[in-house]
Amino acid sequence: MTSTETRPSTMIGRSVLRREDRRLLTGAATYLDDLELPGCYEAAFVRSPHAAARIVSIDTSAAAAMPGVIGVWTGADLPEIAKGIPPKVVHPQLRDVPRMPLPADFVKFVGEPVAVVVATSRYVAEDALDLVEVEYDVLPAVSSTGAALADGAPLIHEGADDNVAVHVVQTAGDPAAAMAAAPHRLRERFSVTRGGGHSMETRGVAARFDPTTEQLVVWDTTQSPHYVRNTLAHLYDMPEDGIRVVAPPDVGGGFGPKAQFYGEEAVIPWVARLLRNPVKWIEDRRENFVATMMERTQVHDVEIGFDDDGHILAIRNVFEHDQGAYCAGLQVPMITLSTLPGQYRIPNIHTELIACYTNMVPTSSVRGAGRPQAVVAMERMVDRAAEHLGMDPVEFRRRNLVQADEFPYRVGLTFRDGSPLTYDSGNFPLLMDETLAAFDYSGERERQTAARAEGRLVGIGVAAYVEGCGLGPYEGSRYRLLNDGTILVTLAAAPQGQGYETVYAQIAADALGMDMDLIRVTTGDTGRIPFGQGTFASRNTATAGPATLQAGDEMRGKILQVAEAMLKTSAASLEIHGDRVSVADDPSRSVTLREIAGAANVGKHGITLAPGILPGLETTVYFAPERAAYASGTHAVAVEIDPETGAIDVLRYVIGHDCGNVMNPMLVDGQVLGGFAHGIGNAMYEEPFYDETGQPQSTSYLDYSLPSSMEVPPVELVHIHTPSPLNPLGAKGAGEGGTIPVPAAIANAVEDALRPFGARITSLPITPPKIVDALSTDDLDGTGPWHG
Amino acid sequence: MPDQDEPDWVDTVVNGVRHEEVVDARTTLADFLRGRLRLTGTHVGCEHGVCGACTVIVDGAAVRSCLMLAVQADGAVVETVESLTDDSASGELTPLQDAFSRHHAVQCGFCTSGFMMSTTAALREGPVTDEAQAREVLSGNICRCTGYTGMVAALLEVGSDDQH
Repeated sequence: MTSTETRPSTMIGRSVLRREDRRLLTGAATYLDDLELPGCYEAAFVRSPHAAARIVSIDTSAAAAMPGVIGVWTGADLPEIAKGIPPKVVHPQLRDVPRMPLPADFVKFVGEPVAVVVATSRYVAEDALDLVEVEYDVLPAVSSTGAALADGAPLIHEGADDNVAVHVVQTAGDPAAAMAAAPHRLRERFSVTRGGGHSMETRGVAARFDPTTEQLVVWDTTQSPHYVRNTLAHLYDMPEDGIRVVAPPDVGGGFGPKAQFYGEEAVIPWVARLLRNPVKWIEDRRENFVATMMERTQVHDVEIGFDDDGHILAIRNVFEHDQGAYCAGLQVPMITLSTLPGQYRIPNIHTELIACYTNMVPTSSVRGAGRPQAVVAMERMVDRAAEHLGMDPVEFRRRNLVQADEFPYRVGLTFRDGSPLTYDSGNFPLLMDETLAAFDYSGERERQTAARAEGRLVGIGVAAYVEGCGLGPYEGSRYRLLNDGTILVTLAAAPQGQGYETVYAQIAADALGMDMDLIRVTTGDTGRIPFGQGTFASRNTATAGPATLQAGDEMRGKILQVAEAMLKTSAASLEIHGDRVSVADDPSRSVTLREIAGAANVGKHGITLAPGILPGLETTVYFAPERAAYASGTHAVAVEIDPETGAIDVLRYVIGHDCGNVMNPMLVDGQVLGGFAHGIGNAMYEEPFYDETGQPQSTSYLDYSLPSSMEVPPVELVHIHTPSPLNPLGAKGAGEGGTIPVPAAIANAVEDALRPFGARITSLPITPPKIVDALSTDDLDGTGPWHG
Repeated sequence: MPDQDEPDWVDTVVNGVRHEEVVDARTTLADFLRGRLRLTGTHVGCEHGVCGACTVIVDGAAVRSCLMLAVQADGAVVETVESLTDDSASGELTPLQDAFSRHHAVQCGFCTSGFMMSTTAALREGPVTDEAQAREVLSGNICRCTGYTGMVAALLEVGSDDQH
C-alpha cells in the first residue's frame, strides 16, 4: 500500500553540502582518463586540415608499420559502421545529410576525423598520425551563413540546389497587417558569434569487449549514456543489452556538447571489439577546438512595431542559423524560434528560421541553447523602441509584461515538442520589481546622470527572458533496498558537476521519510536502469526529481507493508527512525531495514514467503512531464566604457531568477553563478574566428579567451519562486538561466553608455575593438562632449 | 636507426616518496605523475599551460605539469593534490579544502586540483586579505562551472587566517 500521510520536507530546500566534494578536493575522483584499464591501447585521430575537400587517397601503410602501432583504420576500412548518425531533433522539412563516423569520400570541416590510429600509447599514436598520407582535392569552402546563402555559393553537400538545411516560419496573429499598421517600426540586424562549451575535461571514450559475455562496455564522458547506447546499437546493429554505456562517476563539465553523439564514439568501441582489447581515446584541447560541437552563430533581422504608449504590436524576426557541416540536431534554432517573445505579451509574431550548412564543425546545444540569441534580438529591440519614444526602457518593459494572473499563458506559437507554446507559471512583474529594487535602478540612473556630467561613459542594461526547461520525454529513478538495509537510488541521467549524488538523496530522504545517511545515489550507467534521456535542457530536477519523489513514496509504502507483516500491525501506525521501522505507540516493537531486506529480498531458498511479505523491494518510476516548465529571469547591469581603449568595466550586476521550488539553494546559486560566467564569456570574450576558407583561427586559450576570476565580475542574486504546476516538486530548471540574457543585458548597457554618441552595437561578443570602431564611425548622431 | 642514447632517469620525491624511474625524455611531468605513478588527481585540461588544471608544486613553486618534462623534475621535490590530505575516509580536509566545499567552490571538480595547488602555493607566500588579491591569486586557473564566487569567498576566509 502507498503511504498517504503528508510528511514534512526536511531535506528538500536545504543547502546540504555536497557528498561529491571530498573526492574532488583530494584528488580521489575518477574521471574517464583515470579508469584502471590494464593493457589499454590508446587512439588518436587523423583529422582533416581542410574545410572542404574530396579524399583522393589515404595511405596508412607507413603508420601501420611503426613499432607500437596496433592498427590504423580509415572510413573505407570500417564499412560496418558507415552509417549516418541520426540527428537528435529533426523537422519534417529538414534536408538531412548523413554524418558518417569516419567519412570515406569527402571532408566538410577542419577537424573532421578521417582515420584512427591505435597504439600502445598516445605518444606513439600521435607519432604515427604524421605517417598517414592523405591526399585531398581541396574544394571551395563556406564559413559564414551569409556566404552559405549567397547566390552562387559553393554547395556544401552535393545534390542540392542550395545550402539551406531547413526553413521554418511560425506566426501568431496577423503580423504582416499589424506591422504595416503600427505607428512606429524599427529594424535592426544583430549577429551573435559562435562559442563553445569548453568543459575543462575534454571528451573521451574507452571501451572493452568481453567475448565471453559478448558485452561491449563503453565508458564515455557523455551527458546522455542511454542516447549513446541506443545510437551505438543502431550503428552496430546490436541489441541494446549487448552494450553497456557508463558515464564515469566524475565527468568534468558538459554544457551541451557532451550531450551530442560524435563519430569518435562509434569508432573507439568498434575497434576495441575488433581488437578484443581495451582502447581509449582522450580528446586533446586542440581537437576540442576543432571537432567538438559549438553553438551560437545566428544573424537576426528583427523588426518591432509599437504604439505611442509603448505597447508592442508586432515583432518580426528572420534569422539565419549556422548548422555547421551537418545537422546534429535542430534543437537550438527551434528553441530560438519559440524563445523570441520572452516575457512580453505580443499579439502578432512572425519568427522565421533559415538554417544553413557551412564548412565548420557542426553546431548543437551549448548552455543557453538558442535562447541567448533570441533574447538579444528581442531585448535589444525593446531598448531601441524605448529610446525611440524617449521612454525609460524599464517602463517600456513593464507595459508589455505578461501579468501574474495570466498563467497558463498561451504565446500563440508552437514549442519544439509540437505543443502550443504555453508558459505554465511565473511572475514577471514581481521578478522585475525585485531585481530592480536590489539593483537600485533609480539610484543607478542618478549615478549615471552624474557620471555623464563628469564625462564618463556609464550605461545601464536590463534584459529579461523565459526558459522552457524540464523537457521531456521522461526521466527515471529506480530504488532498491539493499541487503545491508540501505537504499540505492539509481538515476539514468549522468551529472557533470551538478551534485546529483547529493540533491537526489535529499529528495529521496523526504520521499522515504528516512535519513540521507541511509541513501546512496548512483548515476549514468545503462546497465543499472534500462531507460533514460540524459542531462540537458535544464531538465533533470523537473523530470528525474518528480520520478525520485514518486518512486520514493512507493518504496516507503513497500517497506512499510513488509514491516507491517513482520510486526503484525497496521502500516498507518508505523514510523521510520534511522534504520528501524517501529510501531508508533510501542517503539519496542520494531524491525530493521536489514531485517526487512532479509525477509523480502534474500528469503530462504525453497521456503514460501510469509503472508504480506513482498518479494524483492525495488521500484522504478519514469516521470513524463506534460510539457516544458518555464523558468524566467531578469538581469540588470551597469557598465562603464573607457573611450580610449574600448574596455568595458562591469560596475554592478544583479540577477533576478525564478526556477520555481528549489531543492538545494546552494547548488542553484552555483548553477546561476556558473552560467553567468559563461554568459560573460559570450558577451565580451569568447570568439572562435574562422577565416574565409573555413580555417579556425583561434584554437588555443591564448587566442580564445575563457573568463578567469579577473573577468567575471561580482554579482548579486535575487530569487523569487513560482512553483511549476507541471510536476509535484514545483521545480523548473536552473542550469542555463544564468547564461541566457547576459549578452543582451551587456549589449544594452554598452549601447546606453554610448548613447551620447548614438553609437550602435549590433554584434556579439562586444570586444574593445568593436567599441572603438563604433565610436569612430562618421555617422554618429550624438553631440556629446567627446564627440568631435 | 634506433636511438642508442642512454635511458633517461628521473629521481624525484613526490608527496614524500622517492621515485627512481626510467622515462622517455619527452614524457611530460603530468603524464609521468598520472600514468607512471598513478597519481590521477592531477588533471590535464589544455596541454598548453593556460587552464592550470595540471598545476603541481615543484620545489615550492606552482608549475604547469603539462609544460614541464618529467626529466626536469630530476632531483626535485614534487607535491600533488594527493599530498594535501591523508586518503583514508576519515582523513580531515585541510581548511582550504573544507572552505571550498562549504562555499560551493567545486562543481565538476576537474579544475579543482589545480586550484588547490596554486592557492596552496600562494598561501605559503603570505595571507590573502582582500577580494582583489584573491581574484589575482585565482586568475592563473580556469573554472568553467562555478563563476569563481565561491572560490573567492573560500580563499578570503582561509587566506586571512593567521596560520598561513
